[in-house]
Amino acid sequence: MTDREFTPDNRSTEVGPPLWLLAELTYRCPLQCPYCSNPLDFANSQKELSTEQWTSVLRQGREMGAAQLGFSGGEPLVRQDLAELIGEARHLGYYSNLITSGIGLTQAKVKTFLEAGLDHIQVSFQASDSELNNALAGSRKAFEQKLAMARAVKEAGYPMVLNFVIHRHNIHQMNDIIDLCTRLDADYVELATCQYYGWAFRNREGLMPSKAQLVTAEATVKSYRERLAASGSRMKLIFVTPDYYEERPKACMNGWGSLFLTVAPDGTALPCHSARMLPIDFPNVCETDLRTIWYDSPGFNHYRGDSWMPEPCRSCDEKDKDFGGCRCQAYLLTGNADNADPVCSKSPHHDRVLAARRAADHATAGLEDLTYRNTENSRLFFRS
Amino acid sequence: MDDMIKPHLVPRFRVGFRFQWEPAQNAYVLLYPEGMVRLNGSAGAILSEVDGERSVAEMVQRLEERYPDAGPLSDDVMGFLGEARENGWIDLI
Ligand code: SF4
Ligand code: SF4
Repeated sequence: MTDREFTPDNRSTEVGPPLWLLAELTYRCPLQCPYCSNPLDFANSQKELSTEQWTSVLRQGREMGAAQLGFSGGEPLVRQDLAELIGEARHLGYYSNLITSGIGLTQAKVKTFLEAGLDHIQVSFQASDSELNNALAGSRKAFEQKLAMARAVKEAGYPMVLNFVIHRHNIHQMNDIIDLCTRLDADYVELATCQYYGWAFRNREGLMPSKAQLVTAEATVKSYRERLAASGSRMKLIFVTPDYYEERPKACMNGWGSLFLTVAPDGTALPCHSARMLPIDFPNVCETDLRTIWYDSPGFNHYRGDSWMPEPCRSCDEKDKDFGGCRCQAYLLTGNADNADPVCSKSPHHDRVLAARRAADHATAGLEDLTYRNTENSRLFFRS
Repeated sequence: MDDMIKPHLVPRFRVGFRFQWEPAQNAYVLLYPEGMVRLNGSAGAILSEVDGERSVAEMVQRLEERYPDAGPLSDDVMGFLGEARENGWIDLI
């Protein structure tokens, strides 16, 4: 009786509204995750929109039809006006999601945000034990704080949504991770294997799990799902597997400029949070209104439809399914964002993905070999 | 197994779910953590009667009054509420 609707009916002929708005409030963050999806040169971009500018973005987005709103970053909690923005979002009728590391969160804030109308807080973890968690996060107190905040979120009456970014250094903890979530009585658990953009791409060799690790993890998740179902538990396990082990690419963002609109801390509007690295001129909300940005800007129209596609996508009968995959991945792996996503076995560059798989089978790098996401390292990536 | 939807039970949305009308989509939607379902006409009509106080029987009655040409709706409503519970959208208490 329901249609799971993220697909506008007339994709090729008509551009639908952005139903999903992601507000990246800041690139500032106290943690240093080596898989962070922020741009490598984030330190180059310290300008942030003011409260009034964000409010205007939220209003414009809502008028166009956006219903889901994500507050992310960086760490959105460093913004002193977060409660105010949440209040505005509620007033406008958004369903608002706070994506946080939990660092900087307090019980009082959890409550204040609830009263302001926040719908959901997602707390991200690095691992299931404090030692590994804190090593990955680059912070000694992170784990205890996360546990406390996860509990506070639930107590306040939000759904508890926990996110674990999975990679070769914690994928063996799948059992412990799910047990931890069960103990915390989580409602949703996202086990999200790294997607290789931003810092994660830089660290791919040190992060990508081997096929054998992945197979074990998948079996673990499957058996937990069965056990949870049998026990009547409603905890939902969402396991996002790495597309590097697929033969077809993901339908990235459900199509370029089709549902998702990201606004970066400095007001740059993007079709997805990693598109900033593409050699495309993206508009800024400080100069252009959101409607013009979404419907008329060259940046957002760049990869709409399929007339931009080269072979093998152009003549492929699957192009309506995956839109040729991810533009950022094509760019990172082939140097040209027009190409088929090399995850696809039909791509002439698929060997690069195969090489990454082989490398993952033999990787030996430890945690100390990863490049951690911090301002100092970011400065090394400054483009002139 | 006690999976039957009984007429005296009261459906309510689970924590984290919000049901609202979206003019841009010309539809009722159900919003939840990082997700959204667009509901078709009958699903929207049924869920619009969920207020955490009305029982299934009361909902059926109200829907039959709203849609007098639709005939008896009990089976449709119960069937859909069963699906909605299965999907984790609602609890029945
Ligand atoms: S991934 Fe880690 S470093 Fe990056 S913004 Fe999130 S918490 Fe901060
Ligand atoms: S060739 Fe292109 S359109 Fe066809 S399946 Fe591969 S990525 Fe998708």
